[in-house]
Amino acid sequence: VNAPRGGVGGGNDFQWCFSQVKGAIDEDVAEADIISTVEFNCSGELLATGDKGGRVVIFQREQESKNRLLSRGEYNVYSTFQSHEPEFDYLKSLEIEEKINKIRWLPQQNAAHFLLSANDKTIKLWKISERDKRAEGYNLKDEDGRLRDQFRITTLRVPVLMPMDLMVEASPRRIFANAHTYHINSISVNSDYETYLSADDLRINLWHLEITDRSFNIVDIKPANMEELTEVITAAECHPHQCNVFVYSSSKGTIRLCDTRAAALCDRHSKFFEEPEDPSSRSFFSEIISSISDVKFSHSGRYMMTRDYLSVKVWDLNMENRPVETYQVHEYLRSKLCSLYENDCIFDKFECCWNGSDSAIMTGSYNNFFRMFDRNTRRDITLEASRENSKPRAMLKPRKVCTGGKRKKDEISVDSLDFNKKILHTAWHPKENVIAVAATNNLYIFQDKIN
Amino acid sequence: ATSKMAGADSDDSLYPIAVLIDELRNEDVQLRLNSIKKLSTIALALGVERTRTELLPFLTDTIYDEDEVLLALAEQLGNFTMLVGGPEYVHCLLPPLESLATVEETVVRDKAVESLRKISHEHSPVDLEVHFEPLVKRLASGDWFTSRTSACGLFSVCYPRVSSTVKAEIRQHFRTLCSDDTPMVRRAAASKLGEFAKVLELEYVKSDIISLFTALASDEQDSVRLLAVEAGVSIATLLPQEDLETLVMPTLRQAAEDKSWRVRYMVADKFSDLQKAVGPEITKNDLVPAFQNLLKDCEAEVRAAAANKVKEFCENLPEDSRETIIMTHILPCVKELVSDTNQHVKSALASVIMGLSTILGKDNTVEHLLPLFLAQLKDECPEVRLNIISNLDCVNEVIGIRQLSQSLLPAIVELAEDAKWRVRLAIIEYMPLLAGQLGVEFFDEKLNSLCMAWLVDHVYAIREAATCNLMKLVEKFGAEWAQNTIVPKVLGMANDPNYLHRMTTLFCINALSEVCGQEITTKHMLPVVFKMSNDQVANVRFNVAKSLQKIGPVLDSNCLQTEVKPVLEKLASDQDMDVKYFAQEAISVLSLA
Repeated sequence: VNAPRGGVGGGNDFQWCFSQVKGAIDEDVAEADIISTVEFNCSGELLATGDKGGRVVIFQREQESKNRLLSRGEYNVYSTFQSHEPEFDYLKSLEIEEKINKIRWLPQQNAAHFLLSANDKTIKLWKISERDKRAEGYNLKDEDGRLRDQFRITTLRVPVLMPMDLMVEASPRRIFANAHTYHINSISVNSDYETYLSADDLRINLWHLEITDRSFNIVDIKPANMEELTEVITAAECHPHQCNVFVYSSSKGTIRLCDTRAAALCDRHSKFFEEPEDPSSRSFFSEIISSISDVKFSHSGRYMMTRDYLSVKVWDLNMENRPVETYQVHEYLRSKLCSLYENDCIFDKFECCWNGSDSAIMTGSYNNFFRMFDRNTRRDITLEASRENSKPRAMLKPRKVCTGGKRKKDEISVDSLDFNKKILHTAWHPKENVIAVAATNNLYIFQDKIN
Repeated sequence: ATSKMAGADSDDSLYPIAVLIDELRNEDVQLRLNSIKKLSTIALALGVERTRTELLPFLTDTIYDEDEVLLALAEQLGNFTMLVGGPEYVHCLLPPLESLATVEETVVRDKAVESLRKISHEHSPVDLEVHFEPLVKRLASGDWFTSRTSACGLFSVCYPRVSSTVKAEIRQHFRTLCSDDTPMVRRAAASKLGEFAKVLELEYVKSDIISLFTALASDEQDSVRLLAVEAGVSIATLLPQEDLETLVMPTLRQAAEDKSWRVRYMVADKFSDLQKAVGPEITKNDLVPAFQNLLKDCEAEVRAAAANKVKEFCENLPEDSRETIIMTHILPCVKELVSDTNQHVKSALASVIMGLSTILGKDNTVEHLLPLFLAQLKDECPEVRLNIISNLDCVNEVIGIRQLSQSLLPAIVELAEDAKWRVRLAIIEYMPLLAGQLGVEFFDEKLNSLCMAWLVDHVYAIREAATCNLMKLVEKFGAEWAQNTIVPKVLGMANDPNYLHRMTTLFCINALSEVCGQEITTKHMLPVVFKMSNDQVANVRFNVAKSLQKIGPVLDSNCLQTEVKPVLEKLASDQDMDVKYFAQEAISVLSLA
């Protein structure tokens, strides 16, 4: 087993290089093609993306070729299917978008693969399976499909199975609907492998994977009077090992950890993570930028990471009063908050992810930049997902944003950043240094190259 | 005959079978399902040899199909022994069932396991070791947890019939699965632990099973621990009394105080079984305090589950100390639950609390229970009141219902007028029971008017239930009572300006004619029905036709010919299509044409 090596690359350790890019090159991007979620499965052999058009595309890693260093198993399309369709809620006169908000893989249980995909309202369980045999031989038809004379049947034929070209099928196995009044922002499979939770703006529901007609509401923060609403749920996740623990983050920058053992309704949290605000940096935008857009437990289950607009924080589950690590993602935007508010960018929901050994973290920024932080060395790096250096195995050059003063060579000034190119969704292979980065309608895959 | 001429050597009985075989692969799921359900017909036509060599291999790979088809297949194969040539060849059924036992769909897997268990009994002891047991081992060491979960259900059927070496292997496999990496397999093992323990020799129960039980009961996953509770109950029934205290009780005590409410809920839910399994002494010393704690649990779900068991627990207490235990230990907790903050807890209690009166006898009931009943009858939650009312019969036997009637009446009236129609519906359904308990006098005086008021409720479901209720009341109190009290009121509604109420008259007549008998129907009801055949609303008129059809069998033939027939004929020439239709239908059903 390859132990995942730590680090974010860029130093003496290793370098990130380009591996593949998926999606059209056209400048005109169809709204439906914009990638809205990226997720590796538990082994990393499969990679799923969802898009605004309600489609799910699954990539499979090819078997590694003999020359391991040159070709390290590219990801190729394995299956594509329409997961969600646009709908209309006639009772509430609301359009329901087909956009895939989240994909979560289930642990593999037999030769088939299973994933959950969710749009704003409905969660579906999909089975992706292979078929390589086909039945042949009919009694009432001959090989060309012509009907036989029914009076000429003298013997019975039992069909036989013959090998055929591999066919990958995606079939919907369960549909979990009608449990969310607001928009679903998270789904997370419990470590008991039989339940999962789904969270919307105000409520969290607990489902059994085999039961679609009921779910249990475990958190409900809806005030009796909606005018008193001050806070919404922005993300939720189950602990990777402790089946009774889950966390949810809020628009106020706080995280609540709940224990499902204590009571059926988790209205009362058992831990409350909040960093006291620095009064000196208080501004009109403080509350908006402190809103947490993503929360992820480390694989070990000891830490969790939260992403707010300008930073990523790592929390020790045993310490509620402040994060153990804070990384600035794009601090140079602090002076730009006013224009980012005007163009709505300030409400962008950036996600974050851990590498397989929890030693590094990755999250996105603007201008197709994404950031990595090495937790041990505290080194950080900015990389760009761009077609320009998309030659096979081309090394990724670290990028630098000029933060005032004179612009050095190779630096980019804050004013020339393209805020329409944002990297919201990224995923890190659970065991290796392979990352998938969604840039609008393109999916970039990068790998490490050992020096 | 034609077919015989067309092909001298063809057999026309083959055609339907050929269709069935082809439809095993039809695009339409229903047709595939239909073919699978007739698999025995196909096998019979093929004969045992071809079934074994052609049909079963084909079915073994047919695991891509829809769940319902696979489920049907798994079930069919459990009854296939004769079709493959009898017990001698029964092992031919193992490959298709083995592949079905690995699919992801639990219902299909469970059915495959059920069929495997069934056909295991048809294996000879030799075949069991040569064919069946290796299959169990393969499943138990499969790569995917689906196959390992299926294996858990098969150990207990082979164990009693194999040699002691194989027995040791089976025990080892079971042990391995109990500490599987995935919680799914540990859950499957935990849920089969009790069953497996039953077939093991006592020495192995004490050595192997107890340690597995202890381990599963302290698993890190709540969902595993809660299944261990049930296994604990089964294991307790197998052990001699003197071993229970040391081998099982520490674990069960720990489960009753588990950190997770779901585990405690499970303990509460299985409490009666547990009580029977451990016997009177342990009940007195251990279970009574445990039960008290569950009744006072901080989680409402647990309290509700425990409240549900109050009556059964008390009933099963050892007779010599039953009353003392209830009075000193249980009743104080029950009293607190009556004013619980959670309505599910109160309503669970209300559904069983009346049963305590038979156990405690008249004096205790009057002194201690009656105040609780009265409090619950005044509870703010309608479900609590309904549950009390629905169980009145228990109290009636012990102290007579008069003691309660003072409080009962306001409670009933309030429920009868509840704003939620489902609550009104529920109380209507208890009316016949109440009428029986309270007697005709009390009923006429207090409840009759309610029953009539429901007939004009604005919700159809209530009016319908009210109609049905009248019929049941007449069954209880007799036709004469009906004629004097309800029939005049029902018939009076025939003149109501609201056509819905006029129709209610007809619906009541439909329901009452048979229980009231021919005389009342002919003399009192029929004239009203006839009169309504001239109603200006077509819905009323066609309901007249339907009513006549309904009450026809109660009338004598003379009346049918001379009175009913002309009215139906007139309706059959009505302008309205529906009136015509139902009149004609009535004429034909009553054979009046």
